[in-house]
Amino acid sequence: MIPATDNLVEVDNVNFAYDRRPILKGVNLDIRRGQVVAIMGLSGCGKTTLLRLIGGALHPTKGEVRVDGQSVAKLNHEERFALRRKMGMLFQFGALFTDMSCYDNVAFQMREHTDLPEQLIDDLVLMKLQAVGLRGAQHLMPAELSGGMARRVALARTTALDPMLIMYDEPFAGLDPVSMGVIGQLIRRLNDALGATSIIVTHDVAEALEIVDYVYFMSDGLIVTQGTPDELRASDKPFVHQFVYGETDGPMPFHYPADDYARDLHAGEAR
Amino acid sequence: MTALTDFLESLGARAIGAVHQLGFASHFLLLTLRNSGMCLRRFSLVVREIYSVGVLSLVIIVVSGMFVGMVLGLQGYDTLERYGSSSALGVLVALSLVRELGPVVAGLLFASRAGSAITAEIGLMKATEQLAAMEMMAVDPIARVIAPRFWAGVISMPLLAAMFSAMGVFGGYLVGVRLIGVDEGSFWSQMQAAVDLREDILNGVIKSVVFGVAVSWIAVFQGYDAPPTAEGVSRATTRTVVTSSLSILALDFILTAFMFRGA
Repeated sequence: MIPATDNLVEVDNVNFAYDRRPILKGVNLDIRRGQVVAIMGLSGCGKTTLLRLIGGALHPTKGEVRVDGQSVAKLNHEERFALRRKMGMLFQFGALFTDMSCYDNVAFQMREHTDLPEQLIDDLVLMKLQAVGLRGAQHLMPAELSGGMARRVALARTTALDPMLIMYDEPFAGLDPVSMGVIGQLIRRLNDALGATSIIVTHDVAEALEIVDYVYFMSDGLIVTQGTPDELRASDKPFVHQFVYGETDGPMPFHYPADDYARDLHAGEAR
Repeated sequence: MTALTDFLESLGARAIGAVHQLGFASHFLLLTLRNSGMCLRRFSLVVREIYSVGVLSLVIIVVSGMFVGMVLGLQGYDTLERYGSSSALGVLVALSLVRELGPVVAGLLFASRAGSAITAEIGLMKATEQLAAMEMMAVDPIARVIAPRFWAGVISMPLLAAMFSAMGVFGGYLVGVRLIGVDEGSFWSQMQAAVDLREDILNGVIKSVVFGVAVSWIAVFQGYDAPPTAEGVSRATTRTVVTSSLSILALDFILTAFMFRGA
């Protein structure tokens, strides 16, 4: 069947608020099939919320998120779970099940969702672990792994059922530079090998620009700019420049909004 | 005046919060029951949890049961001796344990040993996004994580209470018969004659089942409802022990009032 559109994920004027605090204020973006796309922005700008909306864990207050042509918010429980079987999500710190070995973590979804015989599951798990270079660590428990290794096992688990869409929530957070490079390369390789589509939410600009096809920049609940990595590196927009080159002050203020400094200090004296 | 309105306001807010919490907890129990099919079909999931909440609680239950029984032997002998009826020691020990102490003390120990562990484990799974990850893998955490732990608690609790009572009777026997020298024949025969299967044992078992449901429900709910922070999980664990203990004592009073009315 030929897909109706080239886009696997379409986010259409999505608004979202926690209680009354608006997080997303009309986000529009498309993720094309087969691509690795980064969504970048400062911490707290709504990136993770966007991933949760795509996964159907949250519902937009306005607008629509479509994955593979289906409007995620309109799906019932069974349909949403059926869609999620075709998605994988790598959580910020891996979120491995701490009461299971690496092997059982990777086997988890195969055992839950398929009737495959254990012999076949065994082969599949070893192949997944081999792909991330950790077949030798199959019997270790998550607590015995380093941060980078845990992330790789989680990556193997995420791709266990060969998902069509893989989402990464801050895959580089808290990793040393070597592990960062390894994870980055794995994301790209696995995406291409599986013929999947990947969304990376991150603020590690340098690492992400190396491996992605397209970038969306978010700030304050809106997409402020987009383009290929090369376009962004060459961009003269002050916002993009500040972000890509990591400058402390610029359009994104260093200070959290506050009352007048002098008045605040005097208020302290009065107390 | 404002102090009074503030007080009333905070009182009202707390009351609304408590009712809201109770409603949420009841809804959660219903969800757990409705999602129990999977773990009852794949019973190995429950067996695994029975090992950690039941089997691993055995040591504390056995040792406590033994000591409680031994103390009952000493105290009971001392009191009965004044009326010259120390031969009824077996009855006193067995009835106290089977009707009251077995279910209640085992329930309190179960809440602090297993209930707290269940809450902490589920709370930490939530804090480290393991539950969210499971949900994103299209596996319902209530069916896969909550329900097996709930049923493991419900199944383990009556067995632990029975174990507690049995060890208590044995402890009473050791002190009463072996140490003090109460007649062995009358110790056992009077016990056999006086303890009724329906009135005493069955009612004790019913109590332990009710406590098992209460403690397991409170433990899984507090874990699931815990704020995903270190402080949140530690508070939830404390709340499990406190709420479970108070619920056991209150339920025990209500059940006793119904069961042994005029008996």
